[in-house]
Amino acid sequence: MDDKELKQIMEEGFNAQDYFCDARPRVVTPVANKIVRKFYNWAQANSLWILAFGTGCGSIELPPLYTARYDVSRYGIFPRPTPRQAGVFIISGYLSVKTLKRVIRSYEQMQNPKFVLGLGSCTVNGGMYFDSYNTINRLDYYLPVDVYIAGCMPRPEALIAGFNELKKMIKQGKAEGANQYAENFDWYKANQKKIIKDWDLPEYNW
Amino acid sequence: MMEAIWTKIGYALASLFLIFNYGLLLIGVTMKIIARVHGRIGPPIWQPYVDILKSFSMRTAVSHGIMFYLGPVFRLAGGIGLYLLIPAVYGSTWLQNFSFSGDLLLVMYFIFFGMLGMALGAGEGGHPFSAMGIMRGLSQVTASEVPFALAVIALAAQHQTLSITEIVAAQQGGIAHWNMVTNPIATAAGMLAYLGMMMHAPFNVHMAPQEIPVGPPTEYNSSFLVLLQSNRSVFAAAKLILFMNLFFGGATSIVEMVIKTFLIFQFCVVVGVVFPRFKVEQSVRWLLKAPTLIGVLAVLIYSF
Ligand code: SF4
Repeated sequence: MDDKELKQIMEEGFNAQDYFCDARPRVVTPVANKIVRKFYNWAQANSLWILAFGTGCGSIELPPLYTARYDVSRYGIFPRPTPRQAGVFIISGYLSVKTLKRVIRSYEQMQNPKFVLGLGSCTVNGGMYFDSYNTINRLDYYLPVDVYIAGCMPRPEALIAGFNELKKMIKQGKAEGANQYAENFDWYKANQKKIIKDWDLPEYNW
Repeated sequence: MMEAIWTKIGYALASLFLIFNYGLLLIGVTMKIIARVHGRIGPPIWQPYVDILKSFSMRTAVSHGIMFYLGPVFRLAGGIGLYLLIPAVYGSTWLQNFSFSGDLLLVMYFIFFGMLGMALGAGEGGHPFSAMGIMRGLSQVTASEVPFALAVIALAAQHQTLSITEIVAAQQGGIAHWNMVTNPIATAAGMLAYLGMMMHAPFNVHMAPQEIPVGPPTEYNSSFLVLLQSNRSVFAAAKLILFMNLFFGGATSIVEMVIKTFLIFQFCVVVGVVFPRFKVEQSVRWLLKAPTLIGVLAVLIYSF
């Protein structure tokens, strides 16, 4: 579907506004009141909903998190199958260009504040796929990443340590990925378009 | 007159506050129990509060139109309406709520009401999974209403009344007067229908996370989700109180209410932990077989 076709559908077929966004994401500053802000940050840190979207081999490390052995629910971390409700996106390993498209759409559909964990060396510098023709090398060219967890592959303990790091950042009000993305939107879009050759995504998803 | 209305409103708000917190704690405790059964530590029991607060503190929200706004409102109105029509504690002034003669019929309607509102809202969300979830949820709730309605008719025939308060009054004076003992067949039908209504496994295919991501609320986020999460506690607690009133003698104190509803809730939780999930046609078929037949039997006994 090229731009013109998409536009036509959006104009004639249905009320486009209901399904695509026509505005750039904007920066939303946290609440001004310090006490309320701290309270909200505490709530955000203690109720993390992971988007159920595994990308590379690292996604095999996610299921053990919910078992009796690692049990992340005790930290208030739960899986959530829809991006509208999820707050944490774990990019679990290598990201092929095809997957990157879906990742971008899902990420943009998540609501502010949202956090990204890069799991495994592949998200840091490409890992063992650094010279592959179809994977990206550095995740933070395309999405703002809050915490990287290095290793190939990192064990669930490392992932939990990453979560604790993320929690610390949220409580300190340092995990502002969503706003960072909105601020540098053009830069991120340019990077994304550079690597995704057949760009057929709507320009803005919420 | 004016004063009486204001006191009534005050009582209703206090009563709602109580049930809201009770419902949340109930969910939290149950998550903990399930975790312990799995050999996990589990989330803290106040986790539902943190989740609600978290959703509330989200900085952006996406809406898809007017019905999308109204869906959760209808749902919450269904839950609150249901609760406010049922006497939570028999004989109490402030937990008596707005029970009146004939409330049993209205209560049956209110169980359905929220689901219909949600269908409109989720439909406007435009997500195919919402539509699927709603379709499945509605067919399941409809199916479970059949045995439930039969059980209610049997009770109404037994006590010659359509008022929940009178049904509770008739059951006072010890366990031998409970409908569970005096009318075990209707109780069996009602409690099987209850399984279908509580949206726990095996009757939770409409929000099966692995198959259709959380079903009807797929598109709901931030503050919209707060309404749905609040409704989850109010609605569940209201249904538990309804079944306690209908079959297990009601309650004369808050402590009794808490113990009874907790045990009733554990019934569906235990069934859910033990049995795998039904497909929607399986659950409809199941509800329309044994529970419905038991319900018909319960009604037949009183028609002769
Ligand atoms: S870091 Fe290693 S384990 Fe993780 S996705 Fe890359 S190759 Fe796989």
